[in-house]
Amino acid sequence: MQVKAAEPSAAEPRNRPQRAVGPPRSTAPRWRSRTVEGLGYAAPTAVFVAVFFLLPLLLVGQMSLSDWPLLAGDRGGNAPENYTDVTDSRLFWPAVRFTLLYTGIVTVVLLGLALLLALLVQESRPGAGFFRTVYFLPGALGLASASLLFWGLYSPTTGPLGRTLEGLGLVDDPVSFLGTPTSALLSTVFLVVWKFAGFYMLILLVGLQRVPHEVYEAARMDGASRGQIFRSITLPLLRPSLALSLLLCVTGSLLAFDQFFVLTKGGPDNSTVTVVQLIYREAFQRLDLGTAAALSIIVLAALLLLNALQFRGLRHADES
Amino acid sequence: MGSTAGPPGTARRLVTGAIALLAAASLVTACGSGDGGSDGTGGSGAGAANVRGVDDGTTLTMWTRAATRPQSEALVKAYNAGHENKIELTVVPTDDYQAKVGAAAGSKDLPDLFASDVVFVPNYTSSGLFADLTERVEALPFADSLAQSHIKAGTYEGRKYVVPHTLDLSVLFYNKDLYRKAKLDPEKPPTTLAEWDEQARAVDALGGGVDGTFFGGNCGGCGVFTWWPSIWAAGEEVLNQDGTEAELSSDTAKKVYETYRGWVADDIVAPGARDETGTTWTGVFPKGKVGVMPMPSTTLGLMPKDLDLGVAPIPGPDGGRSTFVGGDAIGVSATSESADQAWNFLAWSLGDEAQVDVVAAHKDVVARTDLASNKHSQADPRLVTINELVADGRTPYALKFGQTFNDPNGPWLSLMRDAVFGDGASVDQDNEAVTASLAD
Repeated sequence: MQVKAAEPSAAEPRNRPQRAVGPPRSTAPRWRSRTVEGLGYAAPTAVFVAVFFLLPLLLVGQMSLSDWPLLAGDRGGNAPENYTDVTDSRLFWPAVRFTLLYTGIVTVVLLGLALLLALLVQESRPGAGFFRTVYFLPGALGLASASLLFWGLYSPTTGPLGRTLEGLGLVDDPVSFLGTPTSALLSTVFLVVWKFAGFYMLILLVGLQRVPHEVYEAARMDGASRGQIFRSITLPLLRPSLALSLLLCVTGSLLAFDQFFVLTKGGPDNSTVTVVQLIYREAFQRLDLGTAAALSIIVLAALLLLNALQFRGLRHADES
Repeated sequence: MGSTAGPPGTARRLVTGAIALLAAASLVTACGSGDGGSDGTGGSGAGAANVRGVDDGTTLTMWTRAATRPQSEALVKAYNAGHENKIELTVVPTDDYQAKVGAAAGSKDLPDLFASDVVFVPNYTSSGLFADLTERVEALPFADSLAQSHIKAGTYEGRKYVVPHTLDLSVLFYNKDLYRKAKLDPEKPPTTLAEWDEQARAVDALGGGVDGTFFGGNCGGCGVFTWWPSIWAAGEEVLNQDGTEAELSSDTAKKVYETYRGWVADDIVAPGARDETGTTWTGVFPKGKVGVMPMPSTTLGLMPKDLDLGVAPIPGPDGGRSTFVGGDAIGVSATSESADQAWNFLAWSLGDEAQVDVVAAHKDVVARTDLASNKHSQADPRLVTINELVADGRTPYALKFGQTFNDPNGPWLSLMRDAVFGDGASVDQDNEAVTASLAD
């Protein structure tokens, strides 16, 4: 957590020996060899990106314009049928609406709670390290494993959660955590918040630690209240970290899949179908790679647009 | 969550990392699957080998789904113990099986042998996933005794592609202890839907955590398997012959839904039915707190020894009996290079020894009608009930079966839930959506 202190000391020793060892006249050949060296380092990544990202992307583009059943393979172009099929599907617009709703709820709850946690463990007082670890621990679990864990906890037939609540006398009937559209959504949001709050806390904590102590001290000397300090110092200086969290959280939530796939399978009554689940359904339930690819391209375009907008908004805010 | 977007630096680093991981993973898989089919004797050349196939120490790969795991494992274990060939069995979670087969078919990575829920077989045969077994099947001395509903499901344009692997029939299980406590005759299981309703309600009245019945209410496959026999028992159809039109809003069908709706309304059903996605629906009866419910016959051998349970056919509204002849059919994948060796396993698995000493001994339904009465079934009258049902049962046929009936976001599950947890008013409309999906 000591980021402020670590940065300068890590950068310095790397430069010093080079300055001392190299003869001053040989800079030109060294530049060339360093360029070659750099290219050498970059080449494997470049090859991987080309083979495992760019080529598949082109293939997806081609698939989205073709009649391409999973079991039979390419049957030739049919543009733009896949795109119209996808947008005409009875599940498409509800899925878009639900994904946006989910993203909105998760982003607000998650970032709000993460900020609160970060503020709680910000000071280096005894026990802070323990709580930082505790808050962060769920983040160490894979999302699918965490979802499966919660699925077990929520299960009305085998799960302990409902029975415990009953035993405590808090509820009379068995609780159906995933049985209604609202409870399924809230149960999933709970899982996601539990799992990711610590991760975003960490990002915000790093941001908080960057704020110099002197600024706070000066404000306190001037008689600023806690609320004023939070609004006028903490929040503005935390903006880069908040922006990063926002970006990660929004993009991640728009691509939500694992948690719903494990917990609800889009149910009950198709109330929790996300856009990525639709991609999965097109490809592996309806066995149609063409429409799945078309939907992927639509999602990709929407995400690119959204990220561009967010970046622009952030740069704007930075300049002002 | 956990996606890879972020500011350019982070994103690039994450993407690079993900790509490196992917690359590593694909290298590993490439190495792993290389040795599967390379030592075969080549091609699916029918007629090249004798009727029993070839047993030359080849290692064969085989996939099956979790729902029929015990049966597949028992057969593979017995085969491996007595043959040169060795089968490596991979069990895939039931819900993911279609996706797994689809993805493997797309990348030509199917194993030598793969079993499939028999309802998905028409889709696979029509897409050319299985090798043609017509000559081999017909050369079997007991070809005519093989369970015909499975053979029919695996016949496409006159050619045969699969043989029965495990037969899984839907039958009523009823708890005789609870029947006695509820003052019901434990030797008189329901013969009509109305009697089933009465008996479930009588057991439910015992209270103390005991419930009348149970079903998977958020599971399309469960509905197909356990509700349709009640419609068939009345002599009605659920699909047209080609599997392109649904007839799930008939008066008989509505009568069946109505009974289930009554159980939900009056809380006769054990808790969790509304949420049950099919993962745990067979785990409720063995706890001994449910009176009478439809169950897969393959679970009979897995029931607790101290559970006194009876087996009865699923009745229709006014009597009759039927069953869903489900389970797995199995074939050799079209891309296998060890077809002769794979056939050796299939031919053996249908023989007297495997059918009686493995399948029947495990209290399962045999795949051959000429073995329906054997030393194991004679010892357990419940097995006779189940074996006899094969003749009254059906296996529905539709190319678009999975995406219509098993898909958790498909139209049939909407129909089920509207009909039983709703007021049932939209069944006609839902039936049209099912037809639209079948004809897609």
